[in-house]
Amino acid sequence: MNRNLKDTIVESLTGVCVLLIIFIIVSILAVTIVGGWPNLNWAFLSEFPRDGMTKGGIFPAIVGTALMTIIMAVAAVPFGVITAVYLAEYASEKSVFAKTIRFAVKTLAVVPSIIFGLFGLGFFIGFIGKNMDTIINGGQLRWGQPNILWASFTMALLTLPVVIVSVEEAIRTIPKEMREASLALGATKWQTIKRVVIPGSVSGILTGTILAVSRGAGEVAPILFTGAAYFLSDVPHSLSDQFMSLGYHIYIMSTQSSNVDATQPIQFATTLVLLLLTFSLNAIAVTLRYRIRKKAQ
Amino acid sequence: MNNIKVKAKDLSLRYGASLALKNISMDIPEKMVTAFIGPSGCGKSTFLRTLNRMNDLIDNVTIEGEVHIDNVNIYDKNIDVVNLRKKVGMIFQKSNPFAKSVYENIAFGPKINGISSKEKLDEIVERSLKQAAIWDEVKGRLHNSALSLSGGQQQRICIARTLAVNPEIILMDEPASALDPISTAKIEELIHELKEEYTIIIVTHNMQQAARTSDYTAFFYLGELIEFNKTELIFSNPAKKQTEDYISGRFG
Repeated sequence: MNRNLKDTIVESLTGVCVLLIIFIIVSILAVTIVGGWPNLNWAFLSEFPRDGMTKGGIFPAIVGTALMTIIMAVAAVPFGVITAVYLAEYASEKSVFAKTIRFAVKTLAVVPSIIFGLFGLGFFIGFIGKNMDTIINGGQLRWGQPNILWASFTMALLTLPVVIVSVEEAIRTIPKEMREASLALGATKWQTIKRVVIPGSVSGILTGTILAVSRGAGEVAPILFTGAAYFLSDVPHSLSDQFMSLGYHIYIMSTQSSNVDATQPIQFATTLVLLLLTFSLNAIAVTLRYRIRKKAQ
Repeated sequence: MNNIKVKAKDLSLRYGASLALKNISMDIPEKMVTAFIGPSGCGKSTFLRTLNRMNDLIDNVTIEGEVHIDNVNIYDKNIDVVNLRKKVGMIFQKSNPFAKSVYENIAFGPKINGISSKEKLDEIVERSLKQAAIWDEVKGRLHNSALSLSGGQQQRICIARTLAVNPEIILMDEPASALDPISTAKIEELIHELKEEYTIIIVTHNMQQAARTSDYTAFFYLGELIEFNKTELIFSNPAKKQTEDYISGRFG
């Protein structure tokens, strides 16, 4: 075949693929906005579901999702940062231990999310929660059942690799010269990490956190057995309460509702809220990163 | 000759199996400028970095022999490397201020040593910047990022940052090699002033710089110390042929 023709074909093929991706994104947005926008109003955001969840708003699902992602971030970020610091600063490249951790992090990243759900059910609820009940709760059932704490912890495990990878990347971009400058001034290794390495990695830590939050906000499988509820008449008041979540609410509305057709407007509007939430989180991440980089220069 | 500040005794250093420094012995005088010259890869920077144990940071390095500073072997097991580095400051080839304000750069050392009083820090920052001859240029923007300064200014910030921890010895690893002639002249002038109070050891590729700034010069070649003497003697009447060949530009 003519070489120029080949070139043209390859170029057109790449162009078509790009167009396809743009088409997919645009159509998701268009369908969601057209279907959801008319139903999106203050009442929808601030009211509880009514009439067997065929009317009303999604207030408890918004609150539940927000609380769950906050607890998740509080658990996952420090843990992920500490692991990343260990991998980047302390572990020797050749040590078997570091290689094992790296392998574990990679494996964790590809475990199907439903498996995390099952793990959370078995470990947090069945093991830790049950034992907590026996030891501190006089055998009464409180922690040995699904709740927002265990759901958040389960979600934290799922998002941990995201945090570790982005923080470690950020740490590795800090030039060797910066560490040497600090050590040459008589700083200990820990002082160097605390005052040079971690402040220099803030953008990476922030990126990791926000990526984890936007992933955690939309994921459903890990919280299915560990804390998400079908319907609640109140928002959670304690870590041992169950909660409603946006992603799970969409699933219920579209498959488990008594009248799926009647809830279509709610489904679209809920999807739109979830999309807006994750998009704005990402927008915040990008802006913060930009500001930090600008300040650093 | 002044008192001996640094004394190397049969110092050898290996990267893995390859020998980078071979039995270096030399006496470096106090409150003078000693220059290390030699072609790339001759071991002069490696030797410089043994004097504040920066080579400890590299895997696979083994060191034999001793280095005495004020008659204490810094490779002794009981030596606290952190304290050693406070006493032996270092300026690097590429200026490396932290991505912090000018003020925070200078205050870094005092802060890690536990000084927290604002008054005391202000005083140290001002004194160090004045000593490094950059106070007038930056006094109006102490809280701007140090990275917004020019290369020559950044290098003087790094010198001020080192002075702020009150070292006795300052190691300079080609401190002006990335700078323009005017900035280089400022650094050289500064070296001249600093030797009143500090022992300075400078690695340089620039022979004129060694001749201009130093009192003593050591010529390294292939990991060995070939010749070490008063700078004027090294440049006017070297004892070894290799030294003469190098300073007359016949190789390197």
